[in-house]
Amino acid sequence: MMMALWQAFVVSTHNLLPWFDGVIATVLIILIKAFALIMPLMLVVAYFTYAERKMIGYMQLRIGPNRVGPRGWLQPIADALKLMTKEIIFPSKANIYLFLLAPVLAIAPAIAVWAVIPFAEGIFVVDLDVSLLYVLAIGSIGVYGIILAGWASNSKYPLLGALRSASLLVSYEIVIGFALVTVVMIAGSVNLNTIVEAQRGGILHWYWLPLLPMMIIFFISALVETNRAPFDVVEGESEIVGGTHVEYSGMTFAIFFLAEYANMILMAVLAVLLFFGGWHSPFMGIPYLEFMFSWVPGIVWLLAKSSFFMFLYLWVRATFPRFRYDQIMRLSWKVFLPITIIWIFVVALMTQLKLGVWFG
Amino acid sequence: MEFEQILFYIFSFWFVASSLAMIFSRNAAKAVLFLILAFFSAASIWILLEAEFLAIILILVYVGAVMVLFLFVIKMLNIDKSTLRAKFAGYLPLGLVVAAVIVAEMILVLGSHQFGLEVVAAPARHSADYSNITVLATQLYTTYVYPFELAAVLLLIAIIAAITLVHQSQIKRKQQSISEQVKVRAKDRLRLISITSPNKKTKEVDGG
Amino acid sequence: MTNPYSFDIASLSVAIPEIFLLSAIVVILLIDLFLTQPFKQVTYYLTQLSLLITAILAFNLIGQPDTIIFSDSFILDKLAAVFKVLMLGAAMVAMVYTRHYLIQHSLFRGEYFILVLLAMLGMMVMVSGYSLLTLYLGLEILSLSLYTLIAIARKRSNAIEAALKYFVLGAIASGLLLYGMSMVYGISGSLNIGEIAQFSSATNLGGREALIINFGLVFLVIGIAFKLGAVPFHMWVPDVYQGAPTATTMFIATVPKIAVVAMLVRILIDGLGAMQLDWQGLFVALSLLSIAIGSLAALMQTNIKRLLAYSTISHIGFIMLGFVTGVIAGYGAAVFYVLAYVIMSLAAFGVIILLNKKGFEAEQISDYKGLNKHAPWFALMLLIVMLSMAGVPPFIGFYAKFFILQQILSAGFVSIAIIAVIFAVISAYYYLKIIKTMYFDVPEEGNTFSISAPMDMQIILSINAVLILVVGLLPNQWLKLALSLF
Repeated sequence: MMMALWQAFVVSTHNLLPWFDGVIATVLIILIKAFALIMPLMLVVAYFTYAERKMIGYMQLRIGPNRVGPRGWLQPIADALKLMTKEIIFPSKANIYLFLLAPVLAIAPAIAVWAVIPFAEGIFVVDLDVSLLYVLAIGSIGVYGIILAGWASNSKYPLLGALRSASLLVSYEIVIGFALVTVVMIAGSVNLNTIVEAQRGGILHWYWLPLLPMMIIFFISALVETNRAPFDVVEGESEIVGGTHVEYSGMTFAIFFLAEYANMILMAVLAVLLFFGGWHSPFMGIPYLEFMFSWVPGIVWLLAKSSFFMFLYLWVRATFPRFRYDQIMRLSWKVFLPITIIWIFVVALMTQLKLGVWFG
Repeated sequence: MEFEQILFYIFSFWFVASSLAMIFSRNAAKAVLFLILAFFSAASIWILLEAEFLAIILILVYVGAVMVLFLFVIKMLNIDKSTLRAKFAGYLPLGLVVAAVIVAEMILVLGSHQFGLEVVAAPARHSADYSNITVLATQLYTTYVYPFELAAVLLLIAIIAAITLVHQSQIKRKQQSISEQVKVRAKDRLRLISITSPNKKTKEVDGG
Repeated sequence: MTNPYSFDIASLSVAIPEIFLLSAIVVILLIDLFLTQPFKQVTYYLTQLSLLITAILAFNLIGQPDTIIFSDSFILDKLAAVFKVLMLGAAMVAMVYTRHYLIQHSLFRGEYFILVLLAMLGMMVMVSGYSLLTLYLGLEILSLSLYTLIAIARKRSNAIEAALKYFVLGAIASGLLLYGMSMVYGISGSLNIGEIAQFSSATNLGGREALIINFGLVFLVIGIAFKLGAVPFHMWVPDVYQGAPTATTMFIATVPKIAVVAMLVRILIDGLGAMQLDWQGLFVALSLLSIAIGSLAALMQTNIKRLLAYSTISHIGFIMLGFVTGVIAGYGAAVFYVLAYVIMSLAAFGVIILLNKKGFEAEQISDYKGLNKHAPWFALMLLIVMLSMAGVPPFIGFYAKFFILQQILSAGFVSIAIIAVIFAVISAYYYLKIIKTMYFDVPEEGNTFSISAPMDMQIILSINAVLILVVGLLPNQWLKLALSLF
């Protein structure tokens, strides 16, 4: 019965719009790919929060969540259920449309960015020629969610948080942009696939070595871009009681939360793709070890390396006290920006002189 | 109709609709959001035109940075809507006449009978591996290197102008010196005093 | 295949003045950063030095064969080289006056001179522009610097108002110009002036091409008229002249006019010269309106900066009349007029600045009552300027008007010439009114004209004013030079 209906649908569309066959297939494949990407992503986000609470717990000599399920493994599920069943409260005189639009604007780019991320050789949703720029462009849209949340809430602390967020993100986007320019200069491409392929061959061929200052700056800027401690002045619990999220409850809050963690994971993966050889094995080129680890699929290397950066997020959060807002601004404009600009010239020189193994 | 044409009409519709909504919306923040939507639609049309690099740059620069600053300013300013609209009705008839004349002229001069496909040949399509950036960069750094440098001078002026107009030469307010704060070490602020039993002498040691 | 990134360094030698100036700007910018208060004057001297060296470099290029470099977007011909030298010379004189003004009104900042140098760079780019793109970029470099030079007196509300008005109207003008350029580009398929000239002179210019290029032409003319300040696009001129710091007013009134005229020559004569008949009518209307409104509105003014603004508008009208003729002799007369206008304006604003004192601007015409009693020498200077502007022989202003009218008549525009003469006579009234104020009115109580200007400014100003007379005595040499540019 279903098959017959489907057949009839296909035939009729074929008669009406002959080009439509291909479109259906294309759209279906895109949907499946998106589904295959988003579901694991959400799962990783959920268990990243669990890992965060556990690890910071251990770092602070606590145990962390251990009540729900064995060793607390079901804690993220319980949190999700709790948030889903909670009431969404609208502040009085808030702009309801924008208030609801804000979380959507936060999560949509956070997911859309993943479309161009390659996970292993040939495993990606889209192979865009300008994928690195796409990541930057779409990533920069996420700030609207925070700004709108702050503005639509009609409340003072969210507004303060949004103002901080807007100025921070604009400042650090410049720094990240310049840092990425050096990567593009060495790789000679803005396609993430090509950038990773250019790093083929062993841990010494990855770009972390010639671009060590850029990698550190990229990581620190990523902390700012994702509002993570010690740069979480946008939330600033002790100063502005949670910043942009103050008025959000239930699922609206959960969506902001998802977006923030999806962005964190993205930044970790991006750091691996750009500076740590993506899916390449670190032992490539080393005679004995290369053979021993040749069975490991690329995606495992990528995830393992990304996990290291994700761990760094948590480590940093448990270690450093929060920066003051003006200190973060100074860090961007007076420290990072000059360093990145100088390093562009250094890289230009290295490219011209063909120093090391990085410049084909 | 081809699939691309359908996409084109969808994006064009959103482009026009959001532009109109931007002009007619009374809330400045909403106007900015509609403008962002308009930029997105324009970028999508550019991608259909195989100008993916420009499309991404449009989003990166205008949506990602310029519009953020717009929203920033809108939030800072308390725009009094009544004064904005006070003279609107007075200028409306004249404005409508001017707009109508301009639209008529543009249709006359720029209509499809002047620049349509029958008059001007359609641009050639490129294969999938055609790299927009490479072509653009080659052009920019060879043929158009002189205008490119001039544009850089223009940005230099913008920086100098902004700093000249805003910078206060004499600082009369209280200000924190962040670099000194960052450079501070524990021993500058903290003095450890080891206090032993009251019978013994108290002595000071340097902390660190 | 040749390497696309290689270019011939030697061919860049014709752009040496621009290259040197830009390098000098960057160096001065950095030096100024590290100068402490007593040494801030160093910036001024460095500015003068770099203007001088640039002028010498440009002077050496006079007589070079026409060269087009940078993928056909930069031209060096005699017009470009001579205009560059003239502009740089005028700027040097202007800077001598400017320094006195800035010190008097505690506006002396290194950025002022940097922005002037950047404006000079923009103008040099305009003069040498051989593509619509570079012409536009040069214009924007110039305009952006000028907006800032006005707003640099940020504590004066009328300076901020002037800057804002100039900025908004200037942006609209740039928009119109760009729109016109995009039309011309859209139909001719090239930004290059030479190719546009080829396209527009082609005999097979069909109805469709002619329509679109005419559409663009109108916007181009409007944009240029806006920048020149011709009626009916003159609204910004009086407010900007009055509101801006006098030193900036002097700069805006003089050097950029040369550059805009050069841009006019590049676009409308070099590029669209074949369509001269199409833009001639527009120019007739613009110039007659400018002469009329400029002369009539100036009659009512009590502020001398505002008066000079309207006088500028009427001068611009005469300059545009020169382009109406459509012959090289007429263009040469227009260039001669620009030269005369710049010399006269520099001297006029120089005297105004000279009479400035700490916290006092000699802005009102009544401030000049009895100037002759206290400073007879500079009263004489102002007398020369005013007589020249009014068009009294044997001063340069007379010959400027004379050459224009001669060409207009020989081109057969008798009625236009008559109207222009009538308004020139009317305009003589307000110039003579100032002379009367200086020589026959009794100074107000407590108004002592103590000249605090340094000696270098007094000498340069005297030379400047005397030049009005000297050039007036041998006008044919200068006219010959102006004619040789085309």
